[in-house]
Amino acid sequence: MIELMNVTKTFTTGKKTVEALKDVSLRIKKGEIYGVIGFSGAGKSTLIRCTNLLERPTEGEVLIDGVDLTKLKKGQLRKERSKIGMIFQHFNLLSTATVYENVARPLKLSKVPKHEINERVEKYLKIVGLEEKQHVYPAQLSGGQKQRVAIARALAQEPEVLLSDEATSALDPNTTSSILELLLRVNKELGITIFLITHELDVIQRICDRVGVMHQGELVEEGSVIDVFTKPQHPQTKDFVFDDANFKVPDSIKKGLSATGRIISLTFIGSSSSEPFLAAITKKYEVVPSILAGGIDQLKANSVGKLLIHLQGDTAEVEKAISYLEEREITVEEVAS
Amino acid sequence: MIAEFWTEWGADITQALWETILMTAIPLAISIVVGLPLGILLVMTRKGGQAENRAFYSIANAIINVIRSIPFIILLFLLIPVTRFVAGTTIGVEGVILPLVVYTAPYIARLMESALLEVNKGVIEAYESMGIPTIKIIWSVIVREARSTIILGLTIATIGLIGATAMAGLVGAGGLGDLAYQYGHLRFEPVVMYVVIIVLIVLVQAMQTVGNIWARNLRKD
Repeated sequence: MIELMNVTKTFTTGKKTVEALKDVSLRIKKGEIYGVIGFSGAGKSTLIRCTNLLERPTEGEVLIDGVDLTKLKKGQLRKERSKIGMIFQHFNLLSTATVYENVARPLKLSKVPKHEINERVEKYLKIVGLEEKQHVYPAQLSGGQKQRVAIARALAQEPEVLLSDEATSALDPNTTSSILELLLRVNKELGITIFLITHELDVIQRICDRVGVMHQGELVEEGSVIDVFTKPQHPQTKDFVFDDANFKVPDSIKKGLSATGRIISLTFIGSSSSEPFLAAITKKYEVVPSILAGGIDQLKANSVGKLLIHLQGDTAEVEKAISYLEEREITVEEVAS
Repeated sequence: MIAEFWTEWGADITQALWETILMTAIPLAISIVVGLPLGILLVMTRKGGQAENRAFYSIANAIINVIRSIPFIILLFLLIPVTRFVAGTTIGVEGVILPLVVYTAPYIARLMESALLEVNKGVIEAYESMGIPTIKIIWSVIVREARSTIILGLTIATIGLIGATAMAGLVGAGGLGDLAYQYGHLRFEPVVMYVVIIVLIVLVQAMQTVGNIWARNLRKD
């Protein structure tokens, strides 16, 4: 559905050139939700803006449904763009138009027949749950409601793809949840492929099928959310995943504990979470595990358990216990104090 | 006393008021027709605009600055040959329309430019991302979002224009300013001058009030 091939983007301001994207390639399948995560400045925003050519790549190809956007003339590009909806961090609604007009105006401007405009506006406002607010101006809406209007506006174009540029980053956690629910529904019920970028791990966990990790303009890791979460490879990914897994145990406490044993984090998927493996290693080996923190993350398709433990005991015994855990598909990661 | 004054001066004042209104309305209309598109062009051709064109922008920018630096009274005389050529006369209301347009249009272009630049770039981008043609974005998104600021700008321009028409009396165009000057000052009829001043105050107040209310109604945030 979406294919970025060797996309490079360099910005030149004065004598300075910044490589925002370095040879990024990725492929998003029809019907999936693909998320790119990265810290600010990683290049993810440039990446998504290159997808509909709001930003023209310096090099590389951008294929939507097999059509290379970079080779299109202006008119053709506009036509292709109407198949790609986009929502933004700051909603980008017309402040002088009502909710209804905000959804209807782009349709009018793209010459959709009048009766159809009305139908579509009502249909999509209903989907986002704002049919009651048709005649209200954006200033009277909450952030979440504004984003719903923006989603309705994008959906009313009846796109095949929805790009989401940090759509929940300006919202509070509760509102974020409800917008994520809505995006999930849009994906499931309308079959719209979603490509989103975010700096929030939670967004990836809750709705994405696959994830890419961006770091300094490069896509450093990619895979299904469950794989990337349970077996992160790149240091940047580990930063994201384990920052969460460490449950913010203060460094001073970690330091004290590491003098008497090893601090390791355990990550396990779905079914293995019900096994009493801590009890098992205590019985089998001469080790004393104690739990520092723990929790279960609900991913879109699966749940992932995370446990931070302190393992005391003879070096050889601890090693044996760790191998035992690894054999049971548990990802073991030593936590640096 | 009021009745007496009015029988003596009423006709003159009404006539002058009408001339002032004409001298304001006609150049204003023409200036909007010239200034609004010029303002749009300035926004589009500037760096990072939809139709970036450094040459056009620098030239238009320079011309506007030059004209805006010339006081109206000088402009009025400076333009006499051009006015004669265009309007066929340099006196009366006809003779003052061109200078007033030359004076006001660049000002309106500037006001438009700043009003349009205030429009949230993100909204423009959202419409670009939906494949809406640039020309439609300019009209239905940028100009429309800026309407309130545009109206406030036009109110300021109109009041400036009323001020400029007072000087038009120098080329025999009449108007309230001329009446106040000719009778009130030169012929020593201070009451006429005071009355004209009151009429002008009311006129300007009314313009500003209407402009403010209109602009407020267009604002929705």
